Amino acid sequence: MEMIKNFLRQFTVVPLVGWLIGSFVAVLLEYYLGDAISYYLYLPKIPVLFGALTMLKEPLLIPSVLAYDLIIYIVPVLLLGRLLAAFSNRVATWFEALPLWLATVVHLAAFYGILHLWAGINDYRVLVVKLTMVAIILTVSLNIINGYQGEFSCSHPGFMALGAYASSSLTLMLFADDKMFGAALLPPALGPWLFPLILIFGGAVAAIGSLVVAIPSFRTRGDYLAIISLAFMFIVKSAIENMEFLGGPRGMSSQPNYATLPIIFIWTMLCIWIIHNFISSTMGKALNAVRDNEAAANSMTVNTRKTKMTAFMFGAFWAGVAGGLFAHVLRYVNPGTFGIQKLAEILAMVYFGGLNSIYGSIVGAVSISVLGEALRPLELFKWIIIPLILILVMIFRPYGLISFTEINVKGLMRPKNRSRSGGAE
Amino acid sequence: MAPLLKVKNMTHFFGGLRAVDNFNLEIEAGQIYGLIGPNGAGKTTTFNLITGVHTPTEGTIELEGEDIKGLEVHRIADKGLGRTFQNLALWRHMNVLDHIRMAHYSRLDYSLFGAFLGSPKCHKREREVIENSRRLLDLFDVGRFADQLVGNLPYGAQRRVEMARAMATNPKILFLDEPTAGMTPDELNRMIEIIRQVHRDFGVAIFLIEHRMKFVMELCESVQTLVFGEVIAEGPPAEIQNNPKVIEAYLGKEDIH
Repeated sequence: MEMIKNFLRQFTVVPLVGWLIGSFVAVLLEYYLGDAISYYLYLPKIPVLFGALTMLKEPLLIPSVLAYDLIIYIVPVLLLGRLLAAFSNRVATWFEALPLWLATVVHLAAFYGILHLWAGINDYRVLVVKLTMVAIILTVSLNIINGYQGEFSCSHPGFMALGAYASSSLTLMLFADDKMFGAALLPPALGPWLFPLILIFGGAVAAIGSLVVAIPSFRTRGDYLAIISLAFMFIVKSAIENMEFLGGPRGMSSQPNYATLPIIFIWTMLCIWIIHNFISSTMGKALNAVRDNEAAANSMTVNTRKTKMTAFMFGAFWAGVAGGLFAHVLRYVNPGTFGIQKLAEILAMVYFGGLNSIYGSIVGAVSISVLGEALRPLELFKWIIIPLILILVMIFRPYGLISFTEINVKGLMRPKNRSRSGGAE
Repeated sequence: MAPLLKVKNMTHFFGGLRAVDNFNLEIEAGQIYGLIGPNGAGKTTTFNLITGVHTPTEGTIELEGEDIKGLEVHRIADKGLGRTFQNLALWRHMNVLDHIRMAHYSRLDYSLFGAFLGSPKCHKREREVIENSRRLLDLFDVGRFADQLVGNLPYGAQRRVEMARAMATNPKILFLDEPTAGMTPDELNRMIEIIRQVHRDFGVAIFLIEHRMKFVMELCESVQTLVFGEVIAEGPPAEIQNNPKVIEAYLGKEDIH
């Protein structure tokens, strides 16, 4: 135990830049030597998700997979991170002098580069990364309603469906020759440029749809929202199933491939940034006031009804955007996707990650999505293990893993070679 | 000049129960006015009626000559009616500074999209709000707790945070609902000091509900006594204290054997 602690203490001096450099080298290593190393370790191909799938499918290959992970990821990242600590701390100090937004953008760009290289190895990784990022948008936006505002909304899959169908119909109508909507109305070359507007349109449709839930349920407080929103989810699903011009239960397919990795990455970061701005402003903090004591909030001049409605529509908007991205990632949607299972998934991510925390939501979305993919070979047992983990988290941390904590961007990026005093804000 | 707050013939029924009967009140700017009465006399209901939590069945309420009856609570608060609550109504997951920031809500002049995108106007306004909040916290001697969750503060400090929050709405009249409930005699004396200080520094009128006679006697210029929704006495504190009806309401009738 003491040994492990001492070992880990070695790495407290490595700043974020250091880890990024280490990961970049690891990813490069995999890019150039991955095939060769997996060949010599008797692996059929480069393990996709750090070998989790291979290990579960063929237990005999466990040593090979562990060796691969060690050679490609763990040793380079740790070694380079530690060895270059002095250098990366100097870089971090230099970044500290830059404006915060510029330093953040540079960090994000570097992170994206690493992600791009890593995912580029095969299509499966690309898909997992894309769906994980869509899950992040969904989770962060549901956290506004269920975490910051303290209500319990179940209609996120419904909003997602509205966004997915609204944006899919638009892209199919405008930029694709489709059997349902006929020939493209605009030159397809314009498509990728207008895609942001289409996503915003999808989000707006979801936000307007959310009024159906918000207007009746925010008259009073209590369980009404949970019930009405659950009903709303089912209504949306069966309505779409019965709309033949939207493909009915067969769904809609062959959306153009607009949701590329960089596009989704930008949208996810945009979502996190905007939601972070909102909830750290006094206007957004009003959500917490309404949750903790509505009468007091009202007496402190907070327009509680407006606050609740705005936040709900805002959350729905992002669910709609996520739906639009989701539809263009899979390039196929059917109403069956937006049912109770999707709801359970999103709720699990929110409550696992932590209420009232964007940081927690990101952790929740990433861990549940990656876990869901990694445990895929276990089939049915996957749905025993994940809920079990969720129950354990609920017992030991009732508000989720990382609750009531905000991202401290400055603290994340700061150099680590100084004393820790006065570091965390 | 019209009084700051004028309540005329206010009556309220909860179903068939007459909670407040024909209540009249006139408070001048800068006055400290008390409302006393035993438990269940309808004091808090009176507060809730004037602050807009309930709309009275009959009667009129005017703030600076303007009719505020039937307006939403946050609108009435914005018009200059600040209040504290009988059982502290603080937001338990929020830190002390955010409590005071929140009370600036109606005076935020940036748009929703400004908040989303962190516009320069939004940042500037937020900086001003934080500055003003810190100033208020220091004034109420809780500045050192600014970054702590309210629940971690001693009780007296929580009371002062609530008072600072009410003052941050920039009220013309401050409603205090049993400001000394659950306080030790020491804290009580401190509270009297604070209320005097608020009255002096902000020039705000104060309308308070209280149980403790000592408190009312020391602070108020005029007192009303409410029993079962009816006003039984009104006047300066010394007079009220010796009023046989008031003594009867508090101590019961003397038994005659």
